[in-house]
Amino acid sequence: MLPSPSSPSPARWFRTLRRTKSTEQSSKLSLSVCTELLRKSREALASGRTLREEFRLSQLEALVRMLVENEDEFVDVLHKDLHKPRFETVLSELILVKNEALFAVNNLKKWMNPEYVARSLVTSLDECFVVSEPLGVVLIIGSWSSPVQLNLVPLVGAVAAGNCVILKPSEISSHTTELLQRLIPSYLDTECYHVISGGPSDLTDLLELKFDHIFYTGSRATGQQVMQAAARSLTPVTLVLGGKNPCYVDRECDVGIAAQRIAWARFHNAGQSDVAPDFVLCHTDVQARLILALRSCLLQFYGPEPRHSASFGRLVNAELFTHVRDLVLASGKVAVGGEMDEAEKYIAPTVLTDVLESDPAMQQEIRGPVLPIMTVYSADEAINYIRRKEKPLCLYVFSSDRKVISNMMTCTSSGSFCANDSVLQSMMVVLPFGGVGASGMGSYHGRCSFNTFSHRKSCVLRNTRVECVTYLRYPPYEDRSLSLMMWASSLSRRSQAWCQIL
Amino acid sequence: MSDYGAIVQKLRDSFGTRKTRPAEFRISQLNSIVKLLRENEGAIVEALERDLRKPKFETMISEISMAINEANYAINHLASWMKPEHVEKSLVMKFDECFIRKEPLGVVLIIGAWNYPVQLVLVPLIGAIAAGNCAVVKPSELSDSTSSLLTELLPKYLDQSCFSVVCGGAKETTELLEQRFDHIFYTGGVSVARSVMRAASCHLTPVTLELGGKSPALVEGSCDVTATARRLVWARFFNAGQSCVAPDYVLCSPETRRLLLPALRDCITQLYGTEPRESRDFGRIINQRHFERIRDLLSNSQGRVEIGGETEEGERYIAPTVLVDVSESDPVMQEEIFGPVLPILTVESLEEAINFINRREKPLALYLYTGDSKVVTKVMECTSSGGFCSNDGLVHMTVITLPFGGVGSSGVGRYHGRFSFDTFSHQRSCVLRGFGLEWANQLRYPPYSEQKLERLLQATQERKWSCTLL
Repeated sequence: MLPSPSSPSPARWFRTLRRTKSTEQSSKLSLSVCTELLRKSREALASGRTLREEFRLSQLEALVRMLVENEDEFVDVLHKDLHKPRFETVLSELILVKNEALFAVNNLKKWMNPEYVARSLVTSLDECFVVSEPLGVVLIIGSWSSPVQLNLVPLVGAVAAGNCVILKPSEISSHTTELLQRLIPSYLDTECYHVISGGPSDLTDLLELKFDHIFYTGSRATGQQVMQAAARSLTPVTLVLGGKNPCYVDRECDVGIAAQRIAWARFHNAGQSDVAPDFVLCHTDVQARLILALRSCLLQFYGPEPRHSASFGRLVNAELFTHVRDLVLASGKVAVGGEMDEAEKYIAPTVLTDVLESDPAMQQEIRGPVLPIMTVYSADEAINYIRRKEKPLCLYVFSSDRKVISNMMTCTSSGSFCANDSVLQSMMVVLPFGGVGASGMGSYHGRCSFNTFSHRKSCVLRNTRVECVTYLRYPPYEDRSLSLMMWASSLSRRSQAWCQIL
Repeated sequence: MSDYGAIVQKLRDSFGTRKTRPAEFRISQLNSIVKLLRENEGAIVEALERDLRKPKFETMISEISMAINEANYAINHLASWMKPEHVEKSLVMKFDECFIRKEPLGVVLIIGAWNYPVQLVLVPLIGAIAAGNCAVVKPSELSDSTSSLLTELLPKYLDQSCFSVVCGGAKETTELLEQRFDHIFYTGGVSVARSVMRAASCHLTPVTLELGGKSPALVEGSCDVTATARRLVWARFFNAGQSCVAPDYVLCSPETRRLLLPALRDCITQLYGTEPRESRDFGRIINQRHFERIRDLLSNSQGRVEIGGETEEGERYIAPTVLVDVSESDPVMQEEIFGPVLPILTVESLEEAINFINRREKPLALYLYTGDSKVVTKVMECTSSGGFCSNDGLVHMTVITLPFGGVGSSGVGRYHGRFSFDTFSHQRSCVLRGFGLEWANQLRYPPYSEQKLERLLQATQERKWSCTLL
């Protein structure tokens, strides 16, 4: 049963679809539905309403209200999807998005104002500035591990920049996706913003359509697929891709505190995080102490039976559970944890030691509550190891020696870097967050999101009354005029300014 | 390993030694580029004369001088560009260092174009060098005199372990694109751009694509017709029309057209004489294929040649030409002209002109000639384009403090000045903490409790119109 074409709200379409579908988990995305939503979005864009500051502010404020008024529902669906504790949902999902939205609200006027630039001699009577314009209709494909944050933070940027949006949350975090599909049309403009859902094969279909920007968070393989599809229509992309984030623990370091900070980062959300340390490179001198400290931390955090702790999550689905379980069974030795329960998709906070570079846990992204520790004999060995691998999204180092930190920072490359803590650099609204090399391209958060979803148009407004220096540029060309122009240009080197006469 | 593989590996090894990192190295290479341009001015002018019959004047201002300015600008500002950018910290991060480091990407590929073969290779290269990268440069094979010259000169002036020049056509470019680069900078046409981006996607390599398209010039009734005509003629026929940002066609009312045509005719005569073919200041088409393409556009057009129209195959000469009575479906409106032909289409109103423009792909540049600032604001706000310039042509791309690039099918990314440096850099967010103040962190650790949550919320929530705490 197809949705009626006069139906005003996508939410109603989806409810209709859901009523008639089979027992499959999520409604199959049909290409014709997407084409229609895209057409609607383009029409809404053409109406010009997203260009207005008041409109964008109203949408951002509505988004904040949506999160505040439905906090319990969000806590509930994230618990259903990931067994995420309320504490983590509120802090790392809801507040994060709220902060981004309010930061955009507070700064929107400034961001929307034209930026005037320093002018040359010739343009000194003109206006030269850069103005930000929306790109058009953007596609945001969010990942499942922090489904609210990873979908709504980019949405904040896209809305602030004046775009229309098609949002596709992951079908894996199905309860959250369903909630977003239900709530967003009730709070945001239903012509400009649409939420769709579907599985991997639907993504291929979706990427056939032409968007003005594609923002994707997820795996490397799919990132490549997205970029390849985008190449057909020369659509710019932002890709935030997962991988293995290294964490070096130096011999000069407060091992107790390092263990706490690492354990917090690694085991929150049951290890399902793009930004958590994926493995530790530990100096041999401190390994034993680190493992002891981790064991004691984990006891303190989750009690003797993490399975009974309300503060510990579960893996999102059976497939991921199997993947993580197999990694554990084939790599090194379990030093802490290791207990598993397939029915609950539970894996205890686990630390692996005696891990080799060739072990599966060191070759593949883990995405679960497992922390392999590989020993190294020096910081340099750690640096060499890291440089042999693809550039990670995040890189961490724990050391009280500033030289070690500085070396690690300057001799490696990564999306972002944090010394003596982790994850925080990805939560700050004033720092750009994104990958480099195989961990992605482009960045977002705060003003960066606004810029990512904008076209910065350069404008020069001249008048025709004054043809002051430009008369020199017209044919018939004369050597004399040329000398004058070249002389004026060469002033630049001496005077530390610049001058291009045209 | 193929030849190209060996070249890229050599550059990667050099990059690994960190020799491109220190500012002194980068400045020395940038100075060498300035030297290359100054010491070989004559040879460059000659090469461009052979490739495009480009007048010396045009070569000096749009190729040599522009590149020298970019290099000097980069040298003057490098220290400030390289400095980490410290950010505004929240109360919670008060004792930490939070900044953005600018890091080179690694080994980048720069594919130049033939219409401004010196500028379109050297200006991106200047950005790549300033940002601390190694680079492979591939000049266009169509401008072969200039490309041969660059191939000969660049290794003489630049550090050969860090910078390589590769020559060749489509086949060689395809092979080169199989290698892994850390950024690909391409100037050229849409169809090759698609292959570049597709090849880049295999390695998740970011791209900057400087493309073209049909840049409209709206001539509105209140404009100064004489000045408009002069600036239009200059912008359109500079480099014999072979500029990606040249006004490609004019939109105006029938009344404006009536006033504009004689002004255009006068200006063309003033600038190029009564026989432009004999003017030393007017260029030629790059090669036979493009000459035939433009000549065919002229002959297949359903419009009428109002000015010019003469062609001479042996010289690849096409006169500065103005076409009238051109409709939207005309062959000349289906592709970027890239030659000295200016079609004029009439519209009844400003709204019609704006709708016409918005129906089409977003252009690289949009020009508006008008005396009314309200019209400027309206057109600027109701249309989208890479860049916008009122009452002139081309100049917005010479303002070094403005980013230059396209949007939609006119391109991805931008450069010039500081934006070149940013394009070839990775902005890496860094947070440096100490081990102190762990008591403050206790709030975030499990076991979770409502009290901890409350206290953390108080510390970290952004409030509307107040300060940020996290």
